[in-house]
Amino acid sequence: MTARDDMLARIRAALADHPATPTVPREYHRTLPDADVVGLFAERVADYRATVRRVSPAGLPGAIAEALRGRVVVPAGLPPEWLAAADVEPLHDDPPLSVEELDRADGVVSGCAVAIALTGTIILDGGTAQGRRALTLLPDHHLCVVRADQIVGTVAEALTRLDPSRPQTWISGPSATSDIELNRVEGVHGPRNLAVLIVS
Amino acid sequence: MSHPTFLGMPPFPEAAKEALANTQQRANLAKATATIRDKRARAVAEMPDWEHLRLAGAAVKDTVLTRLPELLEQLEERVTAAGGVVHWAADAAQANAIVADIVKAHDGREVVKVKSMATQEIELNNALAAHGIDVWETDLAELIVQLGHDLPSHILVPAIHRNRSEIRDIFVEEMGKVGRPAPDGIGDEPAALAEAARLHLREKFLRAKVAVSGGNFAIAETGTVVVLESEGNGRMCLTLPQVLVTVLGIEKLLPTWADLEVFMQLLPRSSTAERMNPYTSMWTGVTPGDGPQEFHLVLLDNGRTGTLADPTGRQALRCIRCSACLNVCPVYERTGGRAYGSAYPGPIGAILTPQLRGINQHPVDAQTASLPFASSLCGACFEVCPVRIDIPDVLVHLRAKVVEHKRGHLGTEGAVMAAMRATFTSPRRLGAAQRLGALGARVVGRRGRLRLRGPFWIRAWFGTRDLPAPPGQSFRAWWRKQHDRS
Repeated sequence: MTARDDMLARIRAALADHPATPTVPREYHRTLPDADVVGLFAERVADYRATVRRVSPAGLPGAIAEALRGRVVVPAGLPPEWLAAADVEPLHDDPPLSVEELDRADGVVSGCAVAIALTGTIILDGGTAQGRRALTLLPDHHLCVVRADQIVGTVAEALTRLDPSRPQTWISGPSATSDIELNRVEGVHGPRNLAVLIVS
Repeated sequence: MSHPTFLGMPPFPEAAKEALANTQQRANLAKATATIRDKRARAVAEMPDWEHLRLAGAAVKDTVLTRLPELLEQLEERVTAAGGVVHWAADAAQANAIVADIVKAHDGREVVKVKSMATQEIELNNALAAHGIDVWETDLAELIVQLGHDLPSHILVPAIHRNRSEIRDIFVEEMGKVGRPAPDGIGDEPAALAEAARLHLREKFLRAKVAVSGGNFAIAETGTVVVLESEGNGRMCLTLPQVLVTVLGIEKLLPTWADLEVFMQLLPRSSTAERMNPYTSMWTGVTPGDGPQEFHLVLLDNGRTGTLADPTGRQALRCIRCSACLNVCPVYERTGGRAYGSAYPGPIGAILTPQLRGINQHPVDAQTASLPFASSLCGACFEVCPVRIDIPDVLVHLRAKVVEHKRGHLGTEGAVMAAMRATFTSPRRLGAAQRLGALGARVVGRRGRLRLRGPFWIRAWFGTRDLPAPPGQSFRAWWRKQHDRS
């Protein structure tokens, strides 16, 4: 008998009393009625000690230029106008950048797939302007552009917009640890600076 | 490198006695648990639907348990279809052998590791060390424990028993022995210590070929595995190496993608007391051009089916390892986690460890049998549990199991119980015992209380308890006297 057969047989035997499968009560809130999701998102991201700015579409290139310098990783599909005003050395991931090149970069600029207001979370799924996961991990500075129409109220709403087959990174603030006396310290292995530009 | 083990730890009362004498540890724990308790209370208070989320969380996990065979088969099918390889491990030895074989197949002499309770439970680090494979723990607290040649003492913050100056000393002493040393003249500010860990681990992340992780959730419907973390060490391990091995307890499933809407709210607020943890990674099999190109999922039993077989005890398998129950437990706050002699300390450990070790099937060793008694049954653990595990109820249930296993060779406790049964079933014997008690009270009573010393089998009970002295005359004796008079 294989370990698989053995385990499945033991599980079936363990359930010999045929416990009933319960009906899951789902009375929790799936939406945030009447909330200003963009305002709430900005507030919650700032709570994590990320830098948050709200800009107009016309003001975006200027805001990006102010936030970036040096060697900047540019994921595929990033709208060229985003970097129109920036004085940076762009690093394109084609052919793929090595981990050493990514580690030496000064920053990365990306878009996102979805953002959650209630929890101040940005979700990347490797889609347009996001790139593979390592691009937004190794540089110490991550500038993320979030369009107002990408912000939803709740976790439940975000999940309905996401495709589980894509690799995802949910980001809520800069990397942090509470492992020393349970005091929160921002900045460990992931980007120590997270800046968010909300375009509306 | 060899790693310390929980094997051979003394029973809880003995280990607790030693822990209680460690005043530094008690101070560290009291400070840390008080901090996290307050934070959690605030994080939960801003959620008006928290109780609804708990009810849903418990029901989803119960659904997983009742449908476990089909959901595991579905998960296996989805992970395989997405390019992953699924392994089944009935026990720790099988799981460790599977992981070691994968590492060796890639000529790996080292692995980077994301903090994982399942791999602690099976003592994977020791098993890999026996194959000459270096294991680098990358979670900051796990790194502190590993460099300190120490054992973990908390599910979420394994180095909770260490304060900043102890951590600084460990870094200065040990980092240079296994890689980049701590910066010269490093102080004990948490930010400086975090920076030292960043620098020390960076080279290991960048060169690692194989990573080992656990998983918080695996979605049967989609084959997606989910890991929550804070520091980015998880992202490093899950993204940079070519090969990823995830060891996952079979109870970690969720039926559907949408079920994450419950657990991505319950877990962060219950564990780190945040609205959301800084990073969560989710992946489904292998994605060409992004992350590890070889993915192995090891499904671990190791006593879980034995736990599942007990209708009362099986609710322990709902646990999502948040550690909220540790932080509110008056016993844990004083003894710390290592006294529990298991990767799973605190209230959840007191019900999970004995069951994983087979208490529902057969007598267990003295250390394991002591765990269900490591509680005052105050119930705070049940109040905070995000999946509503009735820990006190299971503790009482497991205490009964311990007593059951002792049937036939009952010892002192049994003899006392047998004598009491004989006494209470006969009015004549009860009257005699009461007269004897009244007489004895006059001899050893002090201000209406009895403080019994005497032989060890009495001290075991009365060493920490006193007893009101019996009155000089029982009600029955008084009644008889009244009636004799009339």
